Amino acid sequence: MSAPPTSPFEEELPTPVVQNRRWIPRLVWLVPIVAAVIGISLLIRNWENAGPRITIGFLSGEGLQVGKTLVKYRDVTVGSVSAVVLSADHQTVVVSANLSKDAASLLGADTQFWIVRPRIGVGSVSGLDTLLSGVYIGMKTGTAAIRKRQFVGLENPPALSHGPHGRELQLHAARAGSLAIGAPVYFRQFQVGRVIDENLLSDGSTRVTVFVEAPYDNFVKSVTRFWNASGIDVRLGADGLNVQTESLAAVLAGGLAFDDGPTETVPVAAGMPGEFTLYQNETEAMAPPDGDPHYVRMRFAQALRGLEVGAPVEFVGVDIGSVVSVDLGYERQDKSFPVIVTAKLYPRRMGQAYEALAAQGKTESVETLAAFVGTLVNRGLRAQPRSASLLTGKLYIALDFLPASPRVAFDASIRPLELPTVNGTFQELEASVGRLVKKVNDLPLDQIAADLHMDLRDLHETLSEIHARVLPSAVDTLSALHGTLDSADRTFDVESPLQRGLTESLSEARSTLQAVRELADYLDRHPDALLRGRRPQKMPARPAAVSSDTRP
Amino acid sequence: MVDCPRGQDMPVLRQSFELGLVLCRTCGLAVSRASLGVDRRCPRCQGRIEQRTPFSTEMTLAWLIAGIVFYVPANLLPVMHTRGLLGEADSTILGGILEFWRSGDWDIALLIFIASVAVPFTKFIAIGLLLITVRKNSRWEQHQRTALYRIVEFIGYWSMLDVIVVALTAALMQFQALGAAEPRPGIAFFCAVVVVTMLSALSFDARLIWDRPA
Repeated sequence: MSAPPTSPFEEELPTPVVQNRRWIPRLVWLVPIVAAVIGISLLIRNWENAGPRITIGFLSGEGLQVGKTLVKYRDVTVGSVSAVVLSADHQTVVVSANLSKDAASLLGADTQFWIVRPRIGVGSVSGLDTLLSGVYIGMKTGTAAIRKRQFVGLENPPALSHGPHGRELQLHAARAGSLAIGAPVYFRQFQVGRVIDENLLSDGSTRVTVFVEAPYDNFVKSVTRFWNASGIDVRLGADGLNVQTESLAAVLAGGLAFDDGPTETVPVAAGMPGEFTLYQNETEAMAPPDGDPHYVRMRFAQALRGLEVGAPVEFVGVDIGSVVSVDLGYERQDKSFPVIVTAKLYPRRMGQAYEALAAQGKTESVETLAAFVGTLVNRGLRAQPRSASLLTGKLYIALDFLPASPRVAFDASIRPLELPTVNGTFQELEASVGRLVKKVNDLPLDQIAADLHMDLRDLHETLSEIHARVLPSAVDTLSALHGTLDSADRTFDVESPLQRGLTESLSEARSTLQAVRELADYLDRHPDALLRGRRPQKMPARPAAVSSDTRP
Repeated sequence: MVDCPRGQDMPVLRQSFELGLVLCRTCGLAVSRASLGVDRRCPRCQGRIEQRTPFSTEMTLAWLIAGIVFYVPANLLPVMHTRGLLGEADSTILGGILEFWRSGDWDIALLIFIASVAVPFTKFIAIGLLLITVRKNSRWEQHQRTALYRIVEFIGYWSMLDVIVVALTAALMQFQALGAAEPRPGIAFFCAVVVVTMLSALSFDARLIWDRPA
């Protein structure tokens, strides 16, 4: 819409100028083109950087925020939550997360995700930073190379989030005790690992998975024994009070310990490497293997109050088994009620004796063992209840050789084996105590008491006599004595007339004596005075006084 | 531009070039075309005088397209990154508005919405409308369209509000460990949108609204 030419001059001349003007404004189109290029390059870069989008199923979406909750691996952000929705069956929360591109290689079929929340346990405190920053999703890489985009999140964080080197071991136990995930594993009081998993198996036993860090996993050998180190082991033995614990944390949170088993035992072939039995305590763990138990039955013709299930059975002082049951039987012939005790014996506990016997082939089968026991019975082997402690009255069964006991027939064909018995020694003790009591009973206590009573009455009479007669006169005497002393006190007082008279007499006597001394003096100097009388003196005052004194 | 009282018949309206007059866009002086020299300078302000700005619609369209293109990343990319004790977050313009709205600050949300979303969007539509009607030589509501152009020209720079907010926040909120705010590329694109649409409005020659087909 340019202006129409108005003059021939202008029409001819400005032609190149117009061309110039036509070009320059067109350059403005570079702006949208550049804008488009920038926009497209941004899009391409964004698309290139976009990592995998994964979904994770959780039971609860507590604390998750779209766009804010991060996915972290080793505390480095690798993605963020883009959506939190319920699953189709409303049973789980499906969390979608966009990961960065380089995080794609972290994903494997066994990659684990969990929500990091503050957790405070006895043994550990974790996730405290999430109190302020909000929860985040933790991640542990897997080893499987299979690509996967759907995951099921863990409800509890794994004990080891970023696998250090080491070894995983499976421990089997009837009971897990008070173990918690994360509980420490000790080797000689030194923490070398932790419990990472606990499972209840279908047969009711528990399987505890522990992780022993490198290089301490070298201490785990086929002979290693694991035991539960929870709590405090207090034992009162002949050497005094013995308290054993691994650490305070283990006392509170539970813990495991392991060590080499007793070296003299034959190493038990470890079925699968990494599978061990978890014992209840160190003593049990370190005990040589018991082998299979043999059951025996004993019939006692006496009451066995104090014999409990679990009471030890000792063979020549060595604990080789325990009582399994205590039953009451009935004998028709003599209508008696014998006590039937069943016990299980571990022949392996006999140690070297067992090895010697095994070498002779005495323990291979139940038959040979029964025959061997028969010979022992013929030599006088008897079961006898004995008192383990006079204080508690607990009993144990002692298997001992008592050659003096009457011979009995041993039937080796009865299963379980039946051992002959003798009555316990604690009844003899009772009898002697009874005799002692009888002697005490026979003492003439009544008569002694009567004599003593009479003596006491005599003493009482004497005392009342003293009280009635002697005491009043003594009181009188004492009061008279008091009066005497009082008057004596008055007599010797400074103010008393006696004292004053005495003082005056003494001063008069003193002046008299002075006059006599002066007279004697005068006579000494003037012996003639005796004849001529006194002459006037140069000192008139004194002789006058003297003469007046001496004349009377 | 010839004033035309409302309600009067259009044929009365006469175009400037029919009268042999040219308007200086710089100082508003109406100059007789015959008096102009070869270099077409305004006798008063020495500004260049054109009957109609050359390539006006083309340039306007180009700037407008650039503005629309820049508007996409300006809204998709985060404009600001805030890091505080309670975590860190990238916020986009729309996200920020939503956040303010949800936290109850609906007035601030409304202000940012108008300045950052409504105004640029209105400008796109308004300039687009002007371009289309001019191209079609439409004689529809010429008064209102002129008023629209004036409004677009006026409100253009108010969209810089967002840019200033981000610039101030990023400059003031630097507490090291406690928190910090940093601008993100989105705000550059947003700034570009504002500048480019202002250029677009500037390139438009409002006199075209009144031109009749030759």
